[in-house]
Amino acid sequence: MRNFLAIFKREIKSYFTSPIAYVVIGLFLILAGIFFYLIVSNFVQMCMRVDMMAQQYRQAPQKMNINMMAIRPIMHNLSLFALFFLPLVTMRLYSEEKRTGTIELLMTSPVTNWQAILGKFAAAGALFLVMLAGTFVYIVFLFLYGKPEIGPILTGYLGLFLIGLSYISFGLFFSTLTDNQIIAAVSAFVFILVFWAIGWVSGIVSPTLGQTLTNFSLIEHFDDFAKGVLDTKHIVYYLSFIFMGLFLSFVSIESARWRGR
Amino acid sequence: MIDVQQVSRYFGDFAAAKDISFQVEKGEIVGFLGPNAAGKTTTMRILTTYLPATSGTAKVAGFDVQEDSMQVRKHIGYLPETPPLYYDMRVHEYLDFVAKIKGVDPVDRSKAVRDVMGKVAIENVSGRVIKHLSKGFKQRVGIAQALVHNPDVLILDEPTVGLDPSQIIEVRELIKSLAGDHTIILSTHILPEVSMTCERVIIINKGVVVAKDTTEGLTSKHAGSRRLTLVVGAPFDKVKDKISAINGVDKVEPGHSNSDLTTLYVESSKSDEVRPELAAKIVAQKWPLYELKAEDVSLEDVFLELTTQEEEETS
Repeated sequence: MRNFLAIFKREIKSYFTSPIAYVVIGLFLILAGIFFYLIVSNFVQMCMRVDMMAQQYRQAPQKMNINMMAIRPIMHNLSLFALFFLPLVTMRLYSEEKRTGTIELLMTSPVTNWQAILGKFAAAGALFLVMLAGTFVYIVFLFLYGKPEIGPILTGYLGLFLIGLSYISFGLFFSTLTDNQIIAAVSAFVFILVFWAIGWVSGIVSPTLGQTLTNFSLIEHFDDFAKGVLDTKHIVYYLSFIFMGLFLSFVSIESARWRGR
Repeated sequence: MIDVQQVSRYFGDFAAAKDISFQVEKGEIVGFLGPNAAGKTTTMRILTTYLPATSGTAKVAGFDVQEDSMQVRKHIGYLPETPPLYYDMRVHEYLDFVAKIKGVDPVDRSKAVRDVMGKVAIENVSGRVIKHLSKGFKQRVGIAQALVHNPDVLILDEPTVGLDPSQIIEVRELIKSLAGDHTIILSTHILPEVSMTCERVIIINKGVVVAKDTTEGLTSKHAGSRRLTLVVGAPFDKVKDKISAINGVDKVEPGHSNSDLTTLYVESSKSDEVRPELAAKIVAQKWPLYELKAEDVSLEDVFLELTTQEEEETS
């Protein structure tokens, strides 16, 4: 536990003493803010149009569901932005250690590989949590001017956190493969994107295969969270995905040791 | 303290280390000498558990590097070829982190960090960010990192490489002062370093141990012959004829000459003193004798002999 904490703290400090954390958090929030604005103003326009129509036909105005029509797309957007940003957060975790040679310190200290992996994973996860916490400000605005339901927002954030950790675990894995951060980031990005969109091919392949691929897709499992449905099957999916990434990182580090890279 | 038995390490078909065996007693300083790419780093990495051996066993402080690697890691301090520094950290932060992961008790940690900074004289830069330090200071922080948990065994891979001469002397003094409390293995391809700092030498070439002995033992064993440099004001052939006859002279070779002066290299066995007779012969011919100089075989010659012999055998 002490080793885990030591590594976790070092990584966090490293994020915040370099510009990485500020740049990533800042740009993520700007991007999220722009899309929040677009989605919400779109929603407001729609509300006004519905109102006008109701007046024209002298009917009671239709209830607009802000959770369904604004928050849900916002959650989907955030899950996509996280996909762009998190590989940049994870790319240095092992690549940097390999490039500068500090990996030799880490691997000759009485720290197990799992302690190191989990410490780094948790540090990136914590940074992601800060990114998400920043977006909560936008949601607060919706509470000030509307009456959204809190339930789907909370499950949505849980879903975002889980999908983000999935990105991070594989970002970490790709970082163990190379001492080049760009390669680590790009390969993580492509891999995760393929898994993100893998369900889209279901229309052109056989139904069984299509269903299977859809079940593998990162975003398919996210939708229920955004809707406010908490289903163990989705939670299990993300946890397995995360574990897979961490396990592959472990295997990769061990095998690199044997190969002497 | 360190017991290496027939350790080999292959990278594919390439043997970076082949059947390496040696022992190091507690408190000794042992030099690991070899040309570049001889297998020094590989052997050290095996000892530090960074790299598993393909075959053979190695024990450090009584623990097997493969079976008990976590125990071994607690007992060693390791300075790799490039010091493993986190450039964005401050010196004291970095050492504190290393102390943490090396398992130094939280109560003793700040004292351990302070002590080690004193030992390697880096207190002045303790608040500086590592990337802004000069190369010499970075190297010292690297040594401090290896020392912070007061390990029984210190493994230093080329600790003086890239330092300026005065820094090199300081680092050597530092290493010497650490002997006794710590068992030290240091690798180098610089020969004077070994004769200056180490009690024993292990010469390694192409992954094989070619010699292991004390520094004196090694030079005396291989120093059966002595080499004389002679500068005479006479043609080479004439001088050679005269002096070849002297009892004890094994070989006479021409050196650099110009119209007046001839340089000759004379090899003789160390037991026979040929210098007086040599001088007498030359003076008797009325040739002017400008120089007569004897050189004992140095560690450098031994090293070259051992490592080039090996080359001839393999080729």
